Amino acid sequence: MKNRIPVVLLACGSFNPITNMHLRLFEVARDHLHKTGMYQVVEGIISPVNDNYGKKDLVPSHHRVAMVRLALQTSDWIRVDSWESEQVQWMETVKVLRHHQSQLLRSATRMEGLDPDKPPSDLTAAPELKLLCGADILKTFQTPNLWKDSHIQEIVEKFGLVCVSRAGHDPQGYILGSPILSKYRHNIHLAREPVPNEISATYVRRALSQGQSVKYLLPDAVIGYIKDHGLYMTDSSQKGRSTQRNKGKTS
Amino acid sequence: MEELERTEVVLLACGSFNPITNMHLRLFELARDHMNSTGKYRVVKGIISPVGDAYKKKGLIPAHHRVTMAELATKTSGWVEVDPWESLQKEWVETVKVLRHHQERLEAGSCHQWQNSPEQEKPSRKRKWAEPRQNSTQKKPLQPNTKAAPQVKLLCGADLLESFGVPNLWKSEDIARILADYGLVCVTRAGSDAQKFIYESDVLWRHRHDIHLVNEWVTNDISSTKIRRALRRGQSIRYLVPDPVQEYIQEHGIYSAESEDRNLGVVLAPLQRNIEEDAS
Repeated sequence: MKNRIPVVLLACGSFNPITNMHLRLFEVARDHLHKTGMYQVVEGIISPVNDNYGKKDLVPSHHRVAMVRLALQTSDWIRVDSWESEQVQWMETVKVLRHHQSQLLRSATRMEGLDPDKPPSDLTAAPELKLLCGADILKTFQTPNLWKDSHIQEIVEKFGLVCVSRAGHDPQGYILGSPILSKYRHNIHLAREPVPNEISATYVRRALSQGQSVKYLLPDAVIGYIKDHGLYMTDSSQKGRSTQRNKGKTS
Repeated sequence: MEELERTEVVLLACGSFNPITNMHLRLFELARDHMNSTGKYRVVKGIISPVGDAYKKKGLIPAHHRVTMAELATKTSGWVEVDPWESLQKEWVETVKVLRHHQERLEAGSCHQWQNSPEQEKPSRKRKWAEPRQNSTQKKPLQPNTKAAPQVKLLCGADLLESFGVPNLWKSEDIARILADYGLVCVTRAGSDAQKFIYESDVLWRHRHDIHLVNEWVTNDISSTKIRRALRRGQSIRYLVPDPVQEYIQEHGIYSAESEDRNLGVVLAPLQRNIEEDAS
C-alpha cells in the first residue's frame, strides 16, 4: 500500500434523492482502483448540485444534502460536501473539481507545514482528485452544448475519470468515439458493477408520489427523512414551494 | 367498509436465501403494493422461509447462518418476518407442504386469537406459534361471521415460475396444488416472458387466474450467486444487502471458495426424490 497514489473520488449530481445505486458507485470504483495496485482511495465526496441547476422536480438542496448526510452515516470513507450547493449560481463540474483540488492542496500544505505560496513541486502528499460517474455521464459528453470541450479536456487531462458502467452502456465505445476522451483514455478508469441494479432517482420519486414502497432502494434513514418532510409525495411541480423554486434554467 | 371485504393475505417466500439480498426484500414490497392496489386483498404479513440443509444445493451454507441473516435483514421491517420451521426439518420439505404448514398454523392462530384477544389484529412479531392446532370442536360458536384466517400465497420471482418447467424438479400435482389451493404472486421484470411461459404450460394456463403477476420496472439483479461471487473476489457488497447482513458475513467469514464447493456433485433433494418416486 505504501507507494500507491492516494485518490479522492468526487461525485457530482442531483442526488434527488440519493439511492443505494449512488452509494454503489463509490464501492465499485474503490474496489476497481485498489485492484490496479496503483491507487489507494482515501476519501469519497458527494457534492449535490446547486438549486439553480433548474432540473425539474429538484427539491431544495438543504434537503438533498441532509439526505446524503443521513445515507453516509454508516460509511467511514465517504462524506457529503455542501459547497457546490451553497453557491449563488449553478457552476460547471470542472469548477467544482478545481475547488476541491485547491482544498486538497491547501490541507496537504497545512499538514506539511509548508508555505501555501511555495511551488507545488513540494506537495507530493496531496491526493489526486478524480471525478466519479456512471457510464451515462460519458454518453452525455457527446450531447451537443451540454459540455464545453475545454472542460471535458480539463477533466480528463488534469483530474481523471472513474466511470462505473451499467448494463446497456458501452463505455469503451464512447471513449473511442471521442477524440478528446481517446487522447486521455489512460486517465479514464472503467469499472464494472458486478451486480447490476438500476435504481434511478426518477423511479424512486415516481414510486413515492404514487405511495409505493421504496424500502431497500435507499437507506432507511433517508426514507424516514423523506416521510418526515413530506418530500416527493405529490408531483412536486404542482406544489407551491416556499423555498427556492427552481428558475427553469437548464444546464 | 370496503376494507372488510378484502381477503387477507400472507406472502410466503421459499428459497435458499444464501444470503438474503435487497432483491428478496424488494419482492415483498412490490408484491404487497400490487396486491393491496387490486382492492381485493390486504397483505397482513410476509414470511421468509429459508430451505433446510437437506436441499443439498451447491454452495448452500448451514441453515442457522441463513436464518440469522434473514432475521437481521428483516429487523427494520414492520411486516416481514423469518420462520425457521422449514429450515429445521431433517428432510427436505416440498414447497406445497411448507404452504400447508403455514396455512394450518394461521387457521389455528386465528381461532386462538379470537378466543383470547379479540381486539388484537395481528400477533406481535416475536410471538411463537407453539400452541397446537385447535380442534374444530373447540371453535367458539359465538361469531358466525368470524374473520377467516388469512390466505397464504407463495411469493416468488420469475425464476421460480420458470423452474416449473425443469424436468423432475416439481411434481405436476404439487404445482397444481400450489396454484389451486394457495396461489402465486410472481414478481417479474417488465417485458419478461412470464406471460408467454404461462401460456405455454398447460398446468399454469389452467390455473392462470391463481397467478398474480407483479411488474418490476427497475432492473434488480441482486442474485445471491452474484453476491457470493463478489465476496469470493474480495469485492464490496455494501448497499446490495442490508448493512447488518454484510457485517455478519464479514464477521463469520461465511462465504469462501470452500463454502462454494459444499454439496458439489450431490443431486438436489427434489430431483433425487422425484426420480426415485418415478422409478418405484
